[in-house]
Amino acid sequence: MAEPQIPLLTPINLLTGFLGSGKTTLLARLLADPALSDAAVLINEFGEVGLDHHLVERIDDTMVLLQSGCLCCTVRGELADAIKDLHSKRERGLVPLFRRIVVESTGLADPFPVLSTIKSDPVLRHHFRPGNVITTIDAVNGLRQLGTYVESNRQAAVADRLVVTKADLALAVDVSGLVEKLRSINPDAPLLTATDPSFDLADLVDEDLSLRAAALQSTSGFYCEAPVQLATADGGVHQSAVTSFVMTVEHAVDWTAFGIWLTMLLNRHGDRVLRVKGILNIAGEERPVAIHGVQHLVHTPVHMERWPDGDRRSRIVFIVDGLDVELLKRSFTAFALDRSPVEDAAVPQRSLQERQSS
Amino acid sequence: MCSLCGVLGGNEHWADAVARPGVYTRNVERIDRRRERANRVRIANTMLAPFGLSISDWQGASFVLATRTGKSEIIEDLGHLWPAAERLCGRPCDPLDPGMIAAAEVAIDG
Repeated sequence: MAEPQIPLLTPINLLTGFLGSGKTTLLARLLADPALSDAAVLINEFGEVGLDHHLVERIDDTMVLLQSGCLCCTVRGELADAIKDLHSKRERGLVPLFRRIVVESTGLADPFPVLSTIKSDPVLRHHFRPGNVITTIDAVNGLRQLGTYVESNRQAAVADRLVVTKADLALAVDVSGLVEKLRSINPDAPLLTATDPSFDLADLVDEDLSLRAAALQSTSGFYCEAPVQLATADGGVHQSAVTSFVMTVEHAVDWTAFGIWLTMLLNRHGDRVLRVKGILNIAGEERPVAIHGVQHLVHTPVHMERWPDGDRRSRIVFIVDGLDVELLKRSFTAFALDRSPVEDAAVPQRSLQERQSS
Repeated sequence: MCSLCGVLGGNEHWADAVARPGVYTRNVERIDRRRERANRVRIANTMLAPFGLSISDWQGASFVLATRTGKSEIIEDLGHLWPAAERLCGRPCDPLDPGMIAAAEVAIDG
C-alpha cells in the first residue's frame, strides 16, 4: 500500500527547558528538518499573547497553540483535548497525516504532568505514548539557573535528551562546568550540543539511541558511583538537593517485592524521586528487565534481549530531590531483594504449560 | 485513581509486566497465576505487618486490605495498595522510615 500508515501508538515528544533556553529555536529547527516533517506541534505559552507559534513560522492545522496558562497546572485538560482533537481530525483525514506530536511547554513547566496526562487519559493512552523528553539548557545562563530554580533541575533530571544551546556564545570553561553539573543531575541521558556541527536532529527523537545509551552506560558502570551532592550555587537561594546515585546490587531482585517497595516509595515520595532507571537482574529470569520511572509514573518495564555484558548485577540510577540516599539504599536492600534460598532462586521458573509438555 | 497515586489506570499496573509464569498469563495457567498472587500476598503482608494491616486475595480478582479491627477495603491491584493502606491505618507508610528499615534488617539477619 502506498498510503503511509499511522503508527499504532503515536509518540509524543515533550520539548522543555527553562525560560529563554532556546526551546522555540530548537523547535523551528526540528520542524525544518525533513525527518520531522510529519510532526504535529502543540505550543504552550504562558502569557496573554502567544508569540512562539509565529516564531516557528509554520501555521497549519497541525499546529495548536495552548494559550490559557501553564501546561503543568491549568491546561492539562486542554492539552488532552487538543491531542484528542488532532487524533480525531487525523482519523477523518481533515489534517495532514502526522506520525509524531511535539509539545513545547512553557519554560517554568514541570514536565511530569504532561507525561502523566498521556499515560492516564483513557483515550490518549491507547493511541499515544510518551516519546523522548528533550530538555534544552542554555550554556550561558544554564549553570546559574540550575543553581537557583528547582524547575530547571527537574527539567534536566527528567530529560531523555539534554541539549546544550548557545554553546558558541559561552566560554569553554562555562560549558564544561555546565556539562559536569548536568551529568551530576542526570547521569545517563545523552547530552547533545545544538551548535555542534555533528548535531543531528534525528537523534533527539530516535528511541534506539536510548537503548544504545543503556548499553553504553552499563558497560561503563554508569557515570557516578558515589552520591553526587548538587553544590548550592554561590549566593543561590535554591535549597533542594538534587542528587543522583547508582546502586549496583549483587543479589537478584525479587520482582514482586521490588514492585511493592517502589510503589510504596513513589506513593510517599514520588514528587521527590525525579527519576528511576535501571537494569534489574530478576530472580528466576534469565533476561534483564529495564525499568524507567519519572516521579509517580513508571513506564512499562522492558525485557531486554540479553545482558549487555558479562556483568549480571542489577544497576539502578536514582535521581532524587532531597531524599536521604543512605536510607534509600538500606530500604531497597531490606525490602526489594530476593530472599529465597539460593537453589530456588538460581533456577528460572518454568510455566505449567512448559512443565506439562516436557 | 490516577497515575498521580502511583496507578497507571485500570489493572495494567506496571508491576504486572514481567514475563514470569503467572504474571503475563492471565487467561491460561490458572495455577501459576494463583501461585503468583499468593506470592504477592505473602510479600505484601510482611511489609504491611508493621502497620497492623493484612492483605488477602479475593477471588483471584482483587485484594482485601484489612486492619486488625476489621476495617477493610477492596483494592484492585497492588498499585492501589499504599494509598489505601495509609487511609486505613491513618499514618504515612514510609519505606524510608529508619525504624521500619531497621526492623526489616533485623528480620533478614535473624
